[in-house]
Amino acid sequence: MRAPALWQHGRPSQVCLLSVTALCTGCAGMQSALHPAGPQATHISHLWWLMFWVCTGVFVLVIGFLLYAVFYPRQQNQPVTTPETERRTARVVVAAVVITGLVLFALLVADFRTNRALAALSTSQPLKIKVTGHQWWWEVQYEASIPSQIVTTANELHLPTGQPVLLELTSQDVIHSFWVPNLHGKKDLIPGYVTTLWLQADQPGVFRGQCAEFCGHQHAYMAFLVIAEPPDVFSAWLEAQRSPAVAPGDALQQRGQEVFLSAACVLCHTIRGTPAGAKAAPDLTHLASRQTLAAGTLYNTPGHLAGWIVDAQQLKPGNKMPPNSLTGSNLQALLAYLTNLK
Amino acid sequence: MADDTHVMDASELHEHQLLEQTWQQPRGFFRWFTHVHHQSIGKRFIITAFIFFFLGGVLALLMRLQLARPQQALLGPDLYNQIFTVHGSTMMFLFAVPVVQGMGIYLVPLMLGTRDFAFPRLNAFSYWIYVLGGIVLYAFFLCNTGPDAGWFTYVPLAGPEYSPGKRIDVWQNLINFTELSALGASVGLIVTIFKLRAPGMSLNRLPLFVWSILVMSFMVVFAMPAVITASLFATLDRMFGMHFFNPAEGGDALLWQHLFWFFGHPEVYIIFMPGLGMVSAIVQTFSHRAVFGYTPMVLSLIATGFMAFGLWVHHMFATGLPQLGLSFFTAASMMIAIPSGVQIFCWIATLWRGRPRLHTPLLFVLGFVCIFVLGGLTGVMLASVALDLQVHDTFFVVAHLHYVLIGGAVFPLFGAVYYWFPKITGRLLSERAGTWNFWLMFIGFNLTFFPMHQLGLQGMPRRIYTYVPETGWGSLNLLATVGGIILALGVLVFVGNILWSRRHGQVAGSNPWDADTLEWGTSSPPPSYNFLHVPVVQGREALWVHTAEAPVVTGLRSDRREVLVTRILDAEPDHRTELPGPSIWPLALALAVTVAFVGAIFTPWAVPVSAVLCLIALIGWAWPYQKKTDQEQRIAGQQL
Amino acid sequence: MDWAHRIVVAVCTVVLGLALAACEREERRFREMPSGVSPSNVRLSEIQPGLAVTTPPTTSPYENNAYAISEGKRLYTQFNCVGCHANGGGGMGPPLMDDKWIYGSAPANVFATIVEGRPNGMPAFGGKLAHDQVWQLVAYVRSLSGLVQQNATSARDDHMQATAPGMAQPQEHPMSTKAEHPQ
Repeated sequence: MRAPALWQHGRPSQVCLLSVTALCTGCAGMQSALHPAGPQATHISHLWWLMFWVCTGVFVLVIGFLLYAVFYPRQQNQPVTTPETERRTARVVVAAVVITGLVLFALLVADFRTNRALAALSTSQPLKIKVTGHQWWWEVQYEASIPSQIVTTANELHLPTGQPVLLELTSQDVIHSFWVPNLHGKKDLIPGYVTTLWLQADQPGVFRGQCAEFCGHQHAYMAFLVIAEPPDVFSAWLEAQRSPAVAPGDALQQRGQEVFLSAACVLCHTIRGTPAGAKAAPDLTHLASRQTLAAGTLYNTPGHLAGWIVDAQQLKPGNKMPPNSLTGSNLQALLAYLTNLK
Repeated sequence: MADDTHVMDASELHEHQLLEQTWQQPRGFFRWFTHVHHQSIGKRFIITAFIFFFLGGVLALLMRLQLARPQQALLGPDLYNQIFTVHGSTMMFLFAVPVVQGMGIYLVPLMLGTRDFAFPRLNAFSYWIYVLGGIVLYAFFLCNTGPDAGWFTYVPLAGPEYSPGKRIDVWQNLINFTELSALGASVGLIVTIFKLRAPGMSLNRLPLFVWSILVMSFMVVFAMPAVITASLFATLDRMFGMHFFNPAEGGDALLWQHLFWFFGHPEVYIIFMPGLGMVSAIVQTFSHRAVFGYTPMVLSLIATGFMAFGLWVHHMFATGLPQLGLSFFTAASMMIAIPSGVQIFCWIATLWRGRPRLHTPLLFVLGFVCIFVLGGLTGVMLASVALDLQVHDTFFVVAHLHYVLIGGAVFPLFGAVYYWFPKITGRLLSERAGTWNFWLMFIGFNLTFFPMHQLGLQGMPRRIYTYVPETGWGSLNLLATVGGIILALGVLVFVGNILWSRRHGQVAGSNPWDADTLEWGTSSPPPSYNFLHVPVVQGREALWVHTAEAPVVTGLRSDRREVLVTRILDAEPDHRTELPGPSIWPLALALAVTVAFVGAIFTPWAVPVSAVLCLIALIGWAWPYQKKTDQEQRIAGQQL
Repeated sequence: MDWAHRIVVAVCTVVLGLALAACEREERRFREMPSGVSPSNVRLSEIQPGLAVTTPPTTSPYENNAYAISEGKRLYTQFNCVGCHANGGGGMGPPLMDDKWIYGSAPANVFATIVEGRPNGMPAFGGKLAHDQVWQLVAYVRSLSGLVQQNATSARDDHMQATAPGMAQPQEHPMSTKAEHPQ
């Protein structure tokens, strides 16, 4: 069961350009903790490199001593060990243990300092985004004090660059974990709890995140995109998301809306501005404005969308979207309508 | 003490024949089920554990094949989830703990200079309940009812709503079987080590391997109840509608994690602690000197055992617990590296101040140090909350855990097999095959698991059955798969070596390595009664300080299974006691308990029904042994 | 070695028996069942003129399938069956936990009820639900009154307690003639 390929290297190439130290193959840096794009991930990355070099040094020393101990040439006729050598060895071992303790203490201090730096990122009155985990998609809600200004979308977060953003995380079913390595470590989404995560992106870019706590059949395909954009671009996006769905422009799209409302779609999906208001599945009001489908599994093209609608189980077996048998013309109309929902 | 160069005189021959009659394992297919002697049970534990090791390894290879390229269709998500769960559960519960307990059960009475284990029938029961548990797991797995929520089955995913059917109930049951087995064996090991030592073997003369088994056994006794409690709560939730883990009715999903990891973290130290003991034994023998710093080594083992219970929250750093608490666990998790460091430095000092002979066991020990130190260092990285938040639940952790478990337990285990195989079977394993075995395993292991560190940092989470090509994870995964195949080849060489050397290996004497612990003072393989004369120990390195004029223990009856019980601190003789001989009741009780556990998956009626069966088995077990042995009848006849 | 051979055969038989018995309960089917499994011969009356034509009842493909029953429970809430039937106790709609079935409790009858709708307020879900979703709902609805194997039901939801644990439902005889046909 081969899912069609993910997004082409369009916007992601911006991130590739930014990744100065791309170490590996593929679009390196896209989902990598070693290519930080925000202060949280940067602090952690610094800690990583400190620990990496210290541990490498320790490893080289220990193995070096081990190999020397085994292979150094010994005098045949003299005893290898005497009371004097035992005392000297004892002093060396004690010194090694003390140094170990000091190194560990230094690393402990480095960890505490990093934790304090991570906790320092906050602001009063931040942008609050509520992320709710479902099997196997992400419900994203931008909070607002006026209810009509709340924006609900799915599987994609937009962030303004240069500002701390507060994520409030919970789950509707099982434990998931929100993880976008370029920006920060992960935080679990636990039913019955609300956990929080402070994020900030320093540069515009597209970052991929993925669920990091085993949550069932399609844990492997529960990804999402985080799109960081300049604050004015972000505000424009948020404003556009607040509006109800684009009305059908022509007869084909009109029929497509009717197909949507009369087929199975209306039982699970919301399109604001139409009678469809079910909350069991991702909000489709601005479906065409998103880059991916099926929680980061497919690029959002008409072909992929058609394949997803007709037989989602082929692409992501076990997920909650049933197959739909639509006639050719109905499918065409539905696609025309959905691809217009910018 | 009997050894191959010693020719028995007439009285010793008579003694040998009497002892042989008293202690011999009964022959025959049905009598095989009645064995209780520690040599039998120990060998069975080890062989059965290795069979599960191979099964778990096959599952691992299947996973590696599936992950080798992006979006392969070899295994669908449902089957993959069952495979990784059964792989983890097999390795942790059906291989790692039983094999080290088996090594302990076989070797500890020999090392202590006694004739059998403290509670032979309990020991046999532990074996049977373990084997039945493993069979039950795989039987259900073959019936598409293998557990599929990971080897630590987090709720609510593993709860009644999100894991329909009986799959998770099978896992909960496996816990019951294996933890009962581990507890039984551990209790026996503790009592054997404390009370059945040869005179003169005071606590400060115990071999380091025996210390490691002792500490491990105490850890088992304290850790297992936590997981049995967790499993009980989960079963009550799943079967009887209780709400321990249901947040909507006042329960808590995190309660499971705390209870499980309170067991789970000590569990991994339980697995690797006997490995430390095996390494000490091998280093001591192959440097031909005592391990440097006996007292610090013992204190390190004990300190590790204690500290292991204070680390469990480092598995939960991403759950949003308060920062102050998390920092405490960071400090504790880093601190536990200090006793391990003490041990490593002492071993290096031992090798430095000795004359190492590079036989295969020592080769595996060198491999252990390389791999385990690397794993321990990544463990220090994972101890840090900030870094853990990035690499938790990714392939970085998969790499870490395999480095410490394979490096810390499997490599010492293989070295121990090469070391003690001549004792158990009387023949040496081939050195040449052993070298091939080691290098294939070492190279294969590193090729498989080292790239996983990078994969984790590059964003690859754990427990995914596939990934999209754009992530760029394909080439490292392919490398890991190739490494896995090489590792498997190494294990195949091991199996081949064992099978060949059993028939054609060079005959080993009683002490081919010129080692110092007591088990090398009897023939290879040891007679059914272990020692013709129970020795009196004169020093820490028993055989190296032993003199020909050393006293031996006399006065133990040869026509009954009698052992000498000594005092805990100084091993002064205290009294004699008789141990039970072959009995069918351990197996009968194990079968009754199996009916209870497996039946309870389907109906609560299983509990009262099997309680009756258990009662019958227990009555049989406890029934006073009235029948005279054949020997006693003959003696009585002669006296008449 | 004859007894050893016999023991091996006995063990294999047991294993095979286990395999066949357990497979269905634990099967997780993600693709829709073939469309032929849509009952078209549901009769709402027992009386027939002339000689009775008996057709074998359509069996539910998901009878006793634990995954299907659990999915049925999810769909039951998601598609708002709870709005009229509560969690089996009924309200605006009739209860589903009891043994009174106005239109029959056989799987084919329940299927028809969901797909066709019924007078006095039961909507027709035909054309809006995929067949396998309907069969999952059929399995769950039947489990509410204990008509499926208890092994396949689960004890409780991970939400607020609304029903007695599925495993504690009084078991009814699956083919009780009183309940199967319309009353």
